Amino acid sequence: MLTKRIIPCLDVREGKVVKGVNFVGIKEVGDPVNLAKSYYEQGADEIVFLDITATHEERKTMVDVANDVAKEIYIPFTIGGGIRSVEDMRNMLLAGADKISLNSAAIQDPTLIEAGAKAFGSQCIVVAIDAKKREDNTGWNVYVAGGRKDTGLDLLDWVKKAVALGAGEILLTSMDADGTKQGFDIEMLRAVNRIIDVPLIASGGCGSLEDFYEVFKEDVADAALAASLFHYGELTVGEVKAYLAERNVPVRW
Amino acid sequence: MIAIIDYGLGNLHSVKNALDTLGITSQITSDPKVILQASGVILPGVGAFEDSMKNLKERNLVEVIRRVVSNKTPFLGICLGMQVLFERGYEGETTEGFGFFKGEVRRMVVDEKIPHMGWNQLSFTRNDVLIDEMQEAYVYYVHSYLATNYDSEDLVGYSNYGNLQVPGYFHKDNIFAMQFHPEKSGEVGLAMLARFKEVCDDYSTSN
Repeated sequence: MLTKRIIPCLDVREGKVVKGVNFVGIKEVGDPVNLAKSYYEQGADEIVFLDITATHEERKTMVDVANDVAKEIYIPFTIGGGIRSVEDMRNMLLAGADKISLNSAAIQDPTLIEAGAKAFGSQCIVVAIDAKKREDNTGWNVYVAGGRKDTGLDLLDWVKKAVALGAGEILLTSMDADGTKQGFDIEMLRAVNRIIDVPLIASGGCGSLEDFYEVFKEDVADAALAASLFHYGELTVGEVKAYLAERNVPVRW
Repeated sequence: MIAIIDYGLGNLHSVKNALDTLGITSQITSDPKVILQASGVILPGVGAFEDSMKNLKERNLVEVIRRVVSNKTPFLGICLGMQVLFERGYEGETTEGFGFFKGEVRRMVVDEKIPHMGWNQLSFTRNDVLIDEMQEAYVYYVHSYLATNYDSEDLVGYSNYGNLQVPGYFHKDNIFAMQFHPEKSGEVGLAMLARFKEVCDDYSTSN
């Protein structure tokens, strides 16, 4: 049986891991390679690295991070942030990344998803989406620029389009839940999971063991992603998996 | 030295990194001489069956691989590198494979999401040199196509996915083939690669 995946996420700026709370108040918490290695040893199923303020020079730093990480961990890892061309994707994959995550670049130019999927296969292309509920409660809008800018795009429309273009996986962050530690946004995840046939990674809002259990019990995601919870040592990946295994959620441990 | 065949597809460095960590000497190469002299050969690959055979032909590696296998050199195919060892593939144009294993590679028909992506439990039909008494293990898969109509005697490990039994690991004579990625399957995968190296060492000492 395919297991549910637990994915620590590392937000990286200038080669160092940071984590924002509601995307503001960023604090530095450490070296990406060491953190990745410790998550690997704890039993993480995958690791996601997001380059959060990618300028041209910093992207080169990120290639170095990918290179170093690939020599330390033997599980898949994804790199996102600032990847704007097939060439950028190729550089990250050659450095050892298994998957590329596209966010605002894919919104600006959706054909990038198609080009990436064609060049490297859909399994390499993760489309990351930040979404927030509309004030009139009719659904969710897609945001970019670290959650500062409303694109006006409807979440479900964008998800459908991304999958049709070749996205192999969707990484969905709830702007409403992110940083709150009140649990994943089950309603939004369910709405998206219902309309796609590719794996869905839940992100934003996880604050406890129960939150991990809830997202899998509700059967609205294939994987759960968390950042600060793991960075600050509040929980280890092993603790999460033990908790899930006791409750009959299939996990690797 | 283990040769990792470079044919313009796939994550060759992941395999190399895993071997480096294990202290196993390896070389990424498309040079027939290097490949034919290696104590073992790995064919990795991510991509489509059709492109894979096309790229191997363009680099004149099809005959080289046949010679490696007929020389009894230990040979390991991973993911797409496993699939092309079967008789034919139906991804893109119908394409002839090497036919070292009986069977065809077809798109999976399953009541679950495609691709089959993530960690799945590998169960074994028998013991085998690369699994060395492992009872079962979690391994990392990412694929949409799988081997069908294969000879069940060749199958060593499989995983269950929805209503489907996914063949994960085949072994016949000197040919090893894994649908999952040992280089991305944590300590379990590294252990399998370390055992493959021992098989290669035994082969070079006996030759």
